[in-house]
Amino acid sequence: MAQAAAIGGALEERGASRGGGLARRRARIAFLLCLPLILLVLALVIYPAFYSLHLATLNKSMTRFVGLANFAFLFKRETFWMVVEQSVIFAVGAVVFKALIGFVLAHLVHRLPQRGQRAWRGMLLVPWVIPPAMSTLVWWWMYEPSYSALNWLLAGMGFAPVPWLGDPYWARFAVILVNVWYGAPFFMIMYLAALKSVPAELYESAEIDGANAWQKLIYVTLPMLRNIIAITVLFSLIVTFANFDIVRILTAGGPRDMTHVFATWAFKLGIESNDIPLGACVSLFMFPILGIAAVFILRDVHRRSRELAGVAA
Amino acid sequence: MSRPEVAAPGAEKAPTGDLRRQRRWALWSAYACLGLFCVFFLAPPIYALVTSLKTSQEIAALEGNPWLVRDPTLANYAALLGSSTFLRFFWNSAKVAVIVVAVTMVIATLAAFSLARMRFFGSTALATGVFLTYLIPETLLFIPLFQIFTWLRDVTGIEFINRWWILCIVYPTLTVPFCTWILIGYFSSIPKELDEAAIVDGASTLQLLLKVFLPVALPGLIAATIFAFTVSWAQFLYPLAFTTSLDQLVLPVGIVTNLIKGDVFNWGQIMAGALLTAAPPVLLYAFLMDYYIAGLTAGATKG
Repeated sequence: MAQAAAIGGALEERGASRGGGLARRRARIAFLLCLPLILLVLALVIYPAFYSLHLATLNKSMTRFVGLANFAFLFKRETFWMVVEQSVIFAVGAVVFKALIGFVLAHLVHRLPQRGQRAWRGMLLVPWVIPPAMSTLVWWWMYEPSYSALNWLLAGMGFAPVPWLGDPYWARFAVILVNVWYGAPFFMIMYLAALKSVPAELYESAEIDGANAWQKLIYVTLPMLRNIIAITVLFSLIVTFANFDIVRILTAGGPRDMTHVFATWAFKLGIESNDIPLGACVSLFMFPILGIAAVFILRDVHRRSRELAGVAA
Repeated sequence: MSRPEVAAPGAEKAPTGDLRRQRRWALWSAYACLGLFCVFFLAPPIYALVTSLKTSQEIAALEGNPWLVRDPTLANYAALLGSSTFLRFFWNSAKVAVIVVAVTMVIATLAAFSLARMRFFGSTALATGVFLTYLIPETLLFIPLFQIFTWLRDVTGIEFINRWWILCIVYPTLTVPFCTWILIGYFSSIPKELDEAAIVDGASTLQLLLKVFLPVALPGLIAATIFAFTVSWAQFLYPLAFTTSLDQLVLPVGIVTNLIKGDVFNWGQIMAGALLTAAPPVLLYAFLMDYYIAGLTAGATKG
């Protein structure tokens, strides 16, 4: 987002220095270069997004306008409220653990001697590289109740076998665990990059002032990383809220629809049960969180471009 | 009198030795923690590898340590690589990935060049808008897109749903915004003196892009290419919603829907298939890790 502001500033300065006719010709070329991107976004992102608003107001056979009847129908269904609850539990639970584990890992790797860091980072990022649909298949096999790798380990430690995907509450835990496994490395990489950009002098002066490790974390690291933490958590919240692959493959929403999130339920209603308007309705519930994110990001861009203008003046 | 003088250096030495011991202890505990996390992160791929080397009999026997393989066999891999359906999935995935990467890089490079260096009405808003577009998840768009393609079929008579190439149309919505975004970053970091020098030497806009920007921003181009490839190779929702026939499926969906037939789980083959599907992005990552990470951290991304 800082980029956009910087680019904006750079563009302004450039535009002012050009003459009229040449500037217009350049603007036309610039617009033409962006045209494929604009068309793609308009036709395949913006238009479908608004089209789904329209779809959500039709009846099942899409022949009649029914207003908000689909929403009214959803609000009366118990499954809908369960999906809302599970989506929030899934997204918030997974993001909190991903952020925590990512933060701890970034610190651990950052503390290692420089030459060892590469190898560790390389190994720790593997879950992020494997296509999530494929790693979820592997987790499914590890969760297998009769002869599962996990239950075998538990038995070895003297615990009773766990019905990972058979019991609704364990299943909720199981889908979150897979998401944490997949997403934590990403947080680690982001925080590690941010940690490396914190000036060492800050820690040195904190040390001179007698700060211990904990105080350095609270008063130096966290304030310096505040922005990157906020942004990664916000983005991750959006993506995790919209997650599809993991729940679809592990449980397909079951047992008793208790692990459905918005995306999988929308898929079930819209594509599998052929009720496109109702599916569109469900997927629209992912909009609010997107809107909130957009407000934050736009505010950030705005603030940074103002800061930039201040520096220039 | 001399005693305290002797004792003093010793007293000074003790805390430094202590500190060093403390440091070493902290380092070892960091290694131990990281080791535990590595076990957690690498257990699934390792377990997949172990299972893929087992015979169906060994898996069905349900006895002994599941993490060990008693008589390893490559039969699962041989069965997959000899099956025309699996090869068909692989071929479809490869076609889609190559086309999507090419389309993405052309659209993203042109737009990023324009947004990083030129100005037109609304260009600043567009740069921000591109980033916001990137945040719109595919789970929000697959239902309206499905309906749009059904409608297009009714109008044009061309079948869109259940054709592999429909993925080449929809995947760029996932790849182009982010690739444009990282390329804007790389292009803006090129010093302006460089293009001014090229323009003074009589370079056209096109020459400026091809002869100056692309070579200088090569690391950015590689990072964007890797990102586009990884996304189109791993995408699961769109192919699941838009393709159903055996000969139109791509790898992830093909493996999930086709290797699992009813109640019969041929786990050995499923795991071999999952590993073969994961192989191209993992290999790419192994050889180009730095570009991969540069792309990831370039513009605070999704996770």
